[in-house]
Amino acid sequence: MEGGKIGRLDIPFKCLPSFHLHKVINMHTSEFRPLDVERIRKDFPIFATEPPLAFLDNAASTQTARPVVDAMDAYYDTYRSNIHRGIYRISEQATEAYEHAREKVAQLINAPRTRQIIFTRNTTESINLVAHSWGNANIREGDEIVLTVMEHHSNLVPWQLLAQRTGAVLRFLEITDEGLLDFTQFRDLLTEKTKLVAMGHVSNVLGTINPIQSVIEAAHAVGAKVVVDAAQSVPHFHVDVQQLDCDFLAFSGHKMCGPTGIGVLYGQLELLEEMPPFLGGGSMIRAVERDVSTYAELPAKFEAGTPSIAEAIGLGHAVDYLTQTNLAAIHVHEQELLKYAHQCLKEIEGITLYGPSAPHQKAGVISFNIEGVHPHDVAGILDTHGVAIRAGHHCAQPLMKRLDVIATVRASFYLYNTVEDVDRLSEGLCRAQKLMTRRK
Amino acid sequence: MNIYQEELLDHYENPSNYGTLPNPDISHEEDNPLCGDQIRIDLLVKDDKIKEVRFSGHGCTISMAAASMLTEKIAGKSLDEVKHLTKDDMLAMVGIPLGPVRIKCALLPLKVLKSGAYGINCWPGEEDE
Repeated sequence: MEGGKIGRLDIPFKCLPSFHLHKVINMHTSEFRPLDVERIRKDFPIFATEPPLAFLDNAASTQTARPVVDAMDAYYDTYRSNIHRGIYRISEQATEAYEHAREKVAQLINAPRTRQIIFTRNTTESINLVAHSWGNANIREGDEIVLTVMEHHSNLVPWQLLAQRTGAVLRFLEITDEGLLDFTQFRDLLTEKTKLVAMGHVSNVLGTINPIQSVIEAAHAVGAKVVVDAAQSVPHFHVDVQQLDCDFLAFSGHKMCGPTGIGVLYGQLELLEEMPPFLGGGSMIRAVERDVSTYAELPAKFEAGTPSIAEAIGLGHAVDYLTQTNLAAIHVHEQELLKYAHQCLKEIEGITLYGPSAPHQKAGVISFNIEGVHPHDVAGILDTHGVAIRAGHHCAQPLMKRLDVIATVRASFYLYNTVEDVDRLSEGLCRAQKLMTRRK
Repeated sequence: MNIYQEELLDHYENPSNYGTLPNPDISHEEDNPLCGDQIRIDLLVKDDKIKEVRFSGHGCTISMAAASMLTEKIAGKSLDEVKHLTKDDMLAMVGIPLGPVRIKCALLPLKVLKSGAYGINCWPGEEDE
């Protein structure tokens, strides 16, 4: 058969979406000014090709907005210098830009004080900072750390290492078959032994939005601290650390239209002040003797060495970009794309969708498998159609075990994605399904 | 568009030498932790020649088709001859351009073979670096 050429395969009509987005979007238009996606896409030169790239791997890393790149270029072209101790104009300018970025990040998540924002490389480093600095000082043998089975490895392995160092015990919160937290089990897990709860705000695989505020309240009631992995939430909707009352919160710049190499740790002021340094070196000291040093105030205490200056400046501009675009509108846009994708994808033969079925319980992430087709083959075929999605374990191997799969295919949305992107995804999936199961 | 050509799909759908051997002289299994693909190769060796070969496991089209092609290639050959199969030989068999991630899918069968038969434990191609 001529099926070897993917482009020539006939797509059965039922695979193609038979409805349009406007039917599901109307309910929100009175509350929010919908995103001007066409205008937004002009800020991302990668979409200028024809046909445009359908980039649906935003949960891994997003595209960088042009104003972000411009701001970083301006630093490199006009005031490139090290920060904090230079007694000359461009160093002062760089210091100001770097610290201004910190203010923007603090405002984004409503941190009470700017010095509660620590710049790191990424979410992973932020969590490792807490695990080493707070963890080594506060976790003892027999203490319990509560995690969920859906954690990204970045919010699991640092706690495994801490448990190995200290003799603490890891406890895991299960999920329902729909991918929701079992909150009754959570209350049972919490005891006076619980010293820490570390939880993703939004699952990077299932998209589940966890009831993080209730989690924090319950954890605080037994005296436990809470670390929130907000890598998948801060870029997509408004997160308020004072409202949540979380103890620590971590996220990455590269998942929010910013550059790689810059991440954020927010912490409660008294915790950060009590914590010993994580990395030692320049910038984090007050005075250094031969054998001993005193340490700088926050946030410098946790920012040893020359930081990612351009990247921090870039992140500040990414915050501006998202705020000006309006995070609430971004969230609604993603919800609509998610609903539309759900409707399209569930029509595909042999598909299994993972995660909550109610859109309000999940963010713009959709994980699935097609019977008889390996996720990597799905990704490979979609790639030939200009659709970038992710296939694999998504750094969440315990979750893969819980779902009893080796891997899944994952599409994840952001502000610049369109209905056409979803259409191309579902068309490509139909073709993959036909091609790979043609003789079965 | 040259990924998933007819020949590759044929090997995936009707693999040669799929299965296991009851009393293999050499049996080895490995996986690719990146994607979870898993391949086992069983060999029956007589007078230093590969008398029978079977592979089993699960994975994507590339790894399964590559395993099928590799077993066809090595059946009847001497262990010494097979030892000299390189990464490039394997990629030539698969015959389509592959990115750095999918290359590991194509090389997994060769890795299993070399590790099982000769105790060479690295990814093919990495031994000469």
